[in-house]
Amino acid sequence: MKNLAIMIIKRLGLGVLTLILLSLLIFLSVEALPGDLAQEILGQQATPSAVAAIRRELGLDLPPHIRYVEWLGGMLQGDFGNSLALKRPIIDLITPRLQNTLFLTLYTACIAVPLAIILGMMASLFRNSYFDRISNATALSAISMPEFLVGYLLIYFLALSGYFPSMANITPATPLLDKLYACFLPALTLTLVVTAHMMRMTRAAIINILALPYIEMAHLKGIKPSRIIFWHALPNALAPIVNVVALNLAYLITGVVIVEIVFVFPGLGQLMVDGVRFRDVPVVQASSLIFASAYVGLNLVADIISTATNPRLMRQK
Amino acid sequence: MNIISVLIWLPIVVVVSLASGWFFQQGLIRIVNAPTAKFLRTAPLTASFGMLVIAIYVTCSVFAPIIAPFGESEILSGAFEPWASPYILGTDNLGRDVFTRLVYGARNTVGIAFLITALAFFVGTLMGIYSALKGGVIDQVIGRFIDVLMAIPSLIFSLLMLTIFGTSVISLVLVIATIDSTRVFRLARSVALNIVQLDYIEAAKLRGESTVYLITREILPNATAPLAAEFGLRFCFVFLMISSLSFLGLGLQPPTADWGSMVRDNAELISFGDITPLIPAGAIAVLTIAVNFVVDWLLHRASGLKD
Repeated sequence: MKNLAIMIIKRLGLGVLTLILLSLLIFLSVEALPGDLAQEILGQQATPSAVAAIRRELGLDLPPHIRYVEWLGGMLQGDFGNSLALKRPIIDLITPRLQNTLFLTLYTACIAVPLAIILGMMASLFRNSYFDRISNATALSAISMPEFLVGYLLIYFLALSGYFPSMANITPATPLLDKLYACFLPALTLTLVVTAHMMRMTRAAIINILALPYIEMAHLKGIKPSRIIFWHALPNALAPIVNVVALNLAYLITGVVIVEIVFVFPGLGQLMVDGVRFRDVPVVQASSLIFASAYVGLNLVADIISTATNPRLMRQK
Repeated sequence: MNIISVLIWLPIVVVVSLASGWFFQQGLIRIVNAPTAKFLRTAPLTASFGMLVIAIYVTCSVFAPIIAPFGESEILSGAFEPWASPYILGTDNLGRDVFTRLVYGARNTVGIAFLITALAFFVGTLMGIYSALKGGVIDQVIGRFIDVLMAIPSLIFSLLMLTIFGTSVISLVLVIATIDSTRVFRLARSVALNIVQLDYIEAAKLRGESTVYLITREILPNATAPLAAEFGLRFCFVFLMISSLSFLGLGLQPPTADWGSMVRDNAELISFGDITPLIPAGAIAVLTIAVNFVVDWLLHRASGLKD
């Protein structure tokens, strides 16, 4: 138990360090801007005195390391600064959108994770059969498609015939059932993209286990193949599978940006893309920090779980 | 077109494409010399189909001005003309010929993706091998820096970088090449780590060969097989990434024809049941699948698996 605690603390420490370095990278990247934020706000024709006034107001005349600490402190307290394009506090823009994005990601995870694990188990149970080959080929094609093609194909086949709405227009006031209905197509798009990865990796994880001697022993005892997969292989394959799930949820974070654009979904990804288009630096900084922290966090969870469930990895460190 | 007709058409398309792959393979075997022909015979149908597709795309991008009936950004008629002569696939939102832009898109999108992959490989491989060769502090510093870069999802990182450097072609190439070179670095370093331990590297070091000589003459030739396979996969990732960025309106800028932005510009047609915007998206998917098939075959050969 003590080893476990030490391991988790070590990993958490590494994660925090990564996050600090990340925030430094995001902060410094803005320093690389030609001119600075004050110049960006006022445009090319601004008088030097006006620029100087804005710089003082934003604290840009302070040395970089003090500004970095203040910026990071503000971020931690939920103060992301003001949007340049919309002239509003970023926190007000981000909060509802982050909720929507989290809702969509969770919704997708609820469909995709069980589906991928069941399909992966079936593929490993009937490996080298037609079911396995077809599901493998389908998965490969789904991975090779750009997310927007999957999204538009679903719109073409499911939305045009009127089964589902093609635009996921939701507000915080929308009741849950309507929300689930409105977000079905975006969630399905993400599911298709993520399930393929997860299914292939689940299949590979179980097949790795199936090559071990104790599985052969179980076969020789005359146990049914399905029982071997469920009771003998699955518990030992759980660690790699949980790892796969966490990694793919991290992948969802990137996929969500494209899908939000396709379905005009009011989420964080859309805010970020608009921010890039208008070169709204503070918005892009804040949203990339949120996306990156979620990504680092999920990877950290995957790492901790796979180490904690594998005694051999625990000893090594 | 509903789902049932798709289910009928899908097997037909699969059979026809595999058959055309077979014909292409047989044709190639006739033309080339004996050793290459023997090598080509080992290709499964999927890989032959992949090679056929790649050949078609390369032809399109090289001979784009000859194949395309109109100019790349020539405005010919009203917006969204239907599929009829002389506009085979109709016109887009500004009245430009979709087929022409599709052909030029092959040149621009595939060309840039290839350029970026090559650049990422050049930088990533050299750095990776150098890092493995030097070891110690240099290896640690480069490795940890790459770790931080890899901790940000690549799409998010490129969005951040494009905000700062603007959305010109040069910054697009540099940003994506930087991001992808980190992934190449990881592979090149781990491949090179196995090689630098071998005796002949030790011998070369004792002969007093320079670092450049060691990297280019001793290590690189022995690391080509895994790197070549990675090149194919990396190309797919880069290609999807550029298309996604273009689709977001942040990749190649108009009036340059590009598949990702073609989808975005004409997306509204889908709600009227017109599949024109899906064609460039399909072109992207077909190329990625084709490259994957070929890489699968090459990897399978390289690994020596026979099952």
